[in-house]
Amino acid sequence: MAVSAYEVISTQTLGSAAATVTLSSISQTYTDLVLIVNGVINSGESGIFCQVGNGSVDTGTNYSTTYILGDGSNAVSGRETSATNTFLGRIQADPYNSTSIIHYMNYANTTTYKTFLGKGSDATYAIQQVGLWRSTSAINTIKLSLVSTFTFSAGTTFTLYGIKAA
Amino acid sequence: MTLRYDTRSRVSTYTQSWVSNADPDFGAYESIGTITVGSGGLSSVGFSGIPQTYKHLQLRIMDRNPSGEYISLRMTFNGDSSAVYTSHELYGSGAAAGGTGTIDLTYLTPFLIAPASATGVFGVGICDILDYTNTNKFKTMRSLTGYDANGSGYVELASGVWRDTTAVSSFTIVPNAGTMGQYSQFALYGIKG
Repeated sequence: MAVSAYEVISTQTLGSAAATVTLSSISQTYTDLVLIVNGVINSGESGIFCQVGNGSVDTGTNYSTTYILGDGSNAVSGRETSATNTFLGRIQADPYNSTSIIHYMNYANTTTYKTFLGKGSDATYAIQQVGLWRSTSAINTIKLSLVSTFTFSAGTTFTLYGIKAA
Repeated sequence: MTLRYDTRSRVSTYTQSWVSNADPDFGAYESIGTITVGSGGLSSVGFSGIPQTYKHLQLRIMDRNPSGEYISLRMTFNGDSSAVYTSHELYGSGAAAGGTGTIDLTYLTPFLIAPASATGVFGVGICDILDYTNTNKFKTMRSLTGYDANGSGYVELASGVWRDTTAVSSFTIVPNAGTMGQYSQFALYGIKG
């Protein structure tokens, strides 16, 4: 009989609106991280902007994203390069509760750049992304934010899981 | 390299957990085995003797081609390389979205991996092999994969079917060109039903 390889690291439910959410001191003992964001924002819709780092987040232009999205009529693809964040998942204003799943692959290794997979949906779009952080540093901090002055609404949940390979 | 599941190694893992933790967590998602590619690279990886005790399998990978363009990885089940596979992909290149489907392939194409020109960049992918022990169904997989190289790259959603009702006990992955480079990793997990 094997032990569980998929464990909850942390769960956070916002008690009040927040422009940013930071997950810090993330354990380095897993192979991959999975973050599930479920909830709404105060207005409009937004990608979930993600910055990562070790000790503090990297605010330099070391991120990029390639995405594909569908709106029910068309599928389009786009890219952002040399950005100050990678956007992963999708979230929308109340009452369109949205769920995003973000995979941080091999986040603790110090040899390769870090690649992320995101998928999200709201009442307007379904989107999938691959994101890159051009650094070989291990990730122990993740900071999430939104477009412009938008905020994550109270009640939005952020659940971080660790997956551990044998 | 083919990693063969060894029941005894899992007993050992269990024992270690029991000793170090008072309340071991026997969850529904378990690690079956991991292959990490060494400095020489590999031309194929595989898992054999896969336990038949789970409901689904999930393969999580990171990979790059150390000597050429971006490539796809080809997957076959139980050593079957006959033309009984069908594959569909929805992809985005950063400039356009597209889709493709091919019948009667001799393999599935669940993963894209990064090219040599993208220094430090690895492609990643997550592939679910659903109801893999069921002997009444053809076997279906789905995957999310891609790489981003700050100005190039692809993101792709793929699905595929192996038109065979045999339970999946092994699979092999080979690149369509090139090799799988150092630090590439293939981690197989079992999900209980």
